[in-house]
Amino acid sequence: MQVVRLAHETDFDGWREAARSLRAHGVAPEAALWTVDGAAELFAPEPPAAGANTVAERPFRVPKAFVELAAKAILHRSDERFALLYRLLWRLQTEPNLMRIVSDPDVARAQEFGRNVSRAAHKMKAFVRFREARDDLGEAYVSWFEPAHRVTEATAPFFVRRFTNMRWSILTPDVCAHWDLADLTFTAGADPADAPREDALEDYWRTYYASIFNPARLKVGAMQSEMPKRYWRNLPEAALIPELIASAQARTAEMVRQPATEPSRRVVKAAVRTSRDAPYDSAGPTELGAVAAGVDHCRRCDLWRDATQGVPGQGPAQARLMLVGEQPGDQEDLAGLPFVGPAGQMLDRALAEAGVPRAETFVTNAVKHFKHEPRGKRRIHKTPNAGEVSACRWWLDAERRLVRPKVIVALGGTAALAVFGRPTAVGQFRQQAIQLPDQTQGVVTYHPSYLLRLPDPDAKKVAYAAFVADLTFAWGLVKASAPA
Amino acid sequence: MAVLDLKRKLAILSDAAKYDASCASSGSGRRDSVGGKGVGSTEGMGICHAYAPDGRCISLLKILLTNYCIYDCAYCVNRVSSNTPRARFSVKEVVDLTLGFYRRNYIEGLFLSSGIIRTADYTMEAMVRVARTLRLDHDFRGYIHLKLIPEASPGLVAEAGLYADRVSINVELPRDDSLARLAPEKDAGGIRKAMGGVRRSAEAAKDRRSKAMPPKFAPAGQSTQMIVGADDAPDGEILKRSETLYGAYHLRRVYYSAFSPIPDSTARLPLARPPLVREHRLYQADWLMRFYGFGRAEIVGETEDLDLAVDPKLGWALRNRGEFPVDLNTADRERLLRVPGLGVKSVDRLLGIRRYKRLVLEDVRRLTRGLDKLRPFIVTADWTPGALTDSAGLRQRYVPEPKQMSLF
Repeated sequence: MQVVRLAHETDFDGWREAARSLRAHGVAPEAALWTVDGAAELFAPEPPAAGANTVAERPFRVPKAFVELAAKAILHRSDERFALLYRLLWRLQTEPNLMRIVSDPDVARAQEFGRNVSRAAHKMKAFVRFREARDDLGEAYVSWFEPAHRVTEATAPFFVRRFTNMRWSILTPDVCAHWDLADLTFTAGADPADAPREDALEDYWRTYYASIFNPARLKVGAMQSEMPKRYWRNLPEAALIPELIASAQARTAEMVRQPATEPSRRVVKAAVRTSRDAPYDSAGPTELGAVAAGVDHCRRCDLWRDATQGVPGQGPAQARLMLVGEQPGDQEDLAGLPFVGPAGQMLDRALAEAGVPRAETFVTNAVKHFKHEPRGKRRIHKTPNAGEVSACRWWLDAERRLVRPKVIVALGGTAALAVFGRPTAVGQFRQQAIQLPDQTQGVVTYHPSYLLRLPDPDAKKVAYAAFVADLTFAWGLVKASAPA
Repeated sequence: MAVLDLKRKLAILSDAAKYDASCASSGSGRRDSVGGKGVGSTEGMGICHAYAPDGRCISLLKILLTNYCIYDCAYCVNRVSSNTPRARFSVKEVVDLTLGFYRRNYIEGLFLSSGIIRTADYTMEAMVRVARTLRLDHDFRGYIHLKLIPEASPGLVAEAGLYADRVSINVELPRDDSLARLAPEKDAGGIRKAMGGVRRSAEAAKDRRSKAMPPKFAPAGQSTQMIVGADDAPDGEILKRSETLYGAYHLRRVYYSAFSPIPDSTARLPLARPPLVREHRLYQADWLMRFYGFGRAEIVGETEDLDLAVDPKLGWALRNRGEFPVDLNTADRERLLRVPGLGVKSVDRLLGIRRYKRLVLEDVRRLTRGLDKLRPFIVTADWTPGALTDSAGLRQRYVPEPKQMSLF
């Protein structure tokens, strides 16, 4: 029997050193006995003599996952941790993938230790409660805490990062951590009597704890699984728990028993006002500002439900050229402005190349709300149907009536349907001036989004050139019409 | 009027804040107080410092700046027409409480909301002042969550985003019509526009193309809350609304808060409260949509409610028996995620083990909470469910028999 005596309970380096040596000497897990200095000794220590290897040193590497898990599991309070980890190390010699087989009983046990230790460290971050103390150097904060496993030293750096500019000590039965604004030091375990008895703010904290609790929804099990009773004796708020639970039902019953309050007169008046001010009137708006307001409250079809806002047209009220797109996209829906997303950037570039001043154009859409469907965490554009286009024509017609452009360019099929009132094939009617009943001339071309979606770069280049040519053609019609 | 002492104010203004379910202190970048003058750190994962007997975590000091409010939202205890006691903190009081609690390690930071006093901007300015004082005067590096008022001016919202880790605006109710009826001063369109503005600011702050360093904006993103059971929107409609909100405003979380009785209630609200399990089922469905690749329509129809007796993933499996059993040794990750009883973690562990050995029931037992739920839906090297998957009584296995009252 090979006995190993480690320096202390969390002596990872000692364990690692000894384990390395035992393995090299071919000492099987069953033949090794692990103890900690100060613990009762059954056998005198007999460290394997250096240089007297019985087995030739074989090159041996362990997975990083094992070392990380071992460093954590060693902080567990279980007495079997050293032997368990050595057994794993031993098995890794012949089972190199062992750590990946997390359903293996040894691996599962070690991982359970690791999880318990992580949880204890996390709960330490959560449940340490400092009390203010004064000494010669000024204010300091002291806590008495009983960690579930030996995580104090490993967790202390968290408190240094969080409370760098505060002097503090965390006292535990195992070991105490101290931060003096410059150095982190550790001393031997302490006694609860060494920590301050009270803190003036604890009463405020208890007041908060009692007030934030909603008695109408009691879930004691959920609380205890996250805040186990073993921590309660060092949590100032925990003393309130029994009373809060006991009185919860009575408090809820009292709330329900109380008669309902009458709604105030103000509320009734507001409701009347809302129903009186219909979102839009049937005569049609007489200025662009009214169109913008009306579009935002429009309920003529259902698209408003899932959209952020209605997006009205934008541009000078006397613009000679009107560009009509299909509908706002993701970015337009958020901004409330037409053509600000990727399609808008392409339109801007094409207009510049066609020599059309964007500032002199009125830009709008056939449909004013963004139609889309969710796909994962994004919104995917969906083409509006004929019913939606027809419902929204009410607004496009108002914009046409108010702006009175010389030329209207329909960008894509949906816009063409809205502008001309019937399905109009883009490819067939490009480069033509189509006479509209209100004395304006209509032109059709591609929608910039169509150009963006073309997968073939050559086809994209050709279509883009055609798009610029169509805009140039439309601007020619504007200039040929009566001078502005 | 009598002057309230600080403890009384704290009681009133935390009691008034408890109906907001949001508690997260996660999702922000890593920072600490090394090299600074004050206290505070965030390391990605939030910490719950205590739990109340209602099972909710206490991570932040969640309070209102004031519970005076000019609005009259029927579901809210602080509405102008309620007779609840009122109080108002000064900026200094909130700052001192936050720092005092933080130094004692009671909290991760501050979640500040407020009733609307005078105007939206007046209220927002006072809230921003609290955050600014904590950040600039005290170099506070803990977590700050600010509630935004939809009507507040863009300049104040930008400043709020500069100091806050997270911002939120509550949509309150799943239907616009219900909001108009129950919260006459609130405007559903205005709320959506404000959320859209937050997404745009957050995207601008992350825009690498701009030459100048863009100003920081709420690195932990935005969240919202919907009250469940105050109107008659079914679960399908609620989840469809969530799906839309996640997509449109890139929310980190939608919180569902089962409408609970409030002191001094109004006649405009339903008398019966929804069962708490309904809220639980909504959260489960929400997780399935966000982490398990389920579409909303697969979980529940728009006009339907979720099944309260079985969880939504099990419900889907029972309705789609043809998809099962799934062979744990060959199925891809996407299919494994659809097996009731297998979570994201167990799926990833199974995939890890599968590369080195054939999975048997014993492996599955070690990695999951229980085999009973899983058996009818899986095939392993040593197990096949046979006719069990399609048996008529399968649902009964999961639904506890109603207990008959015992006579005596």
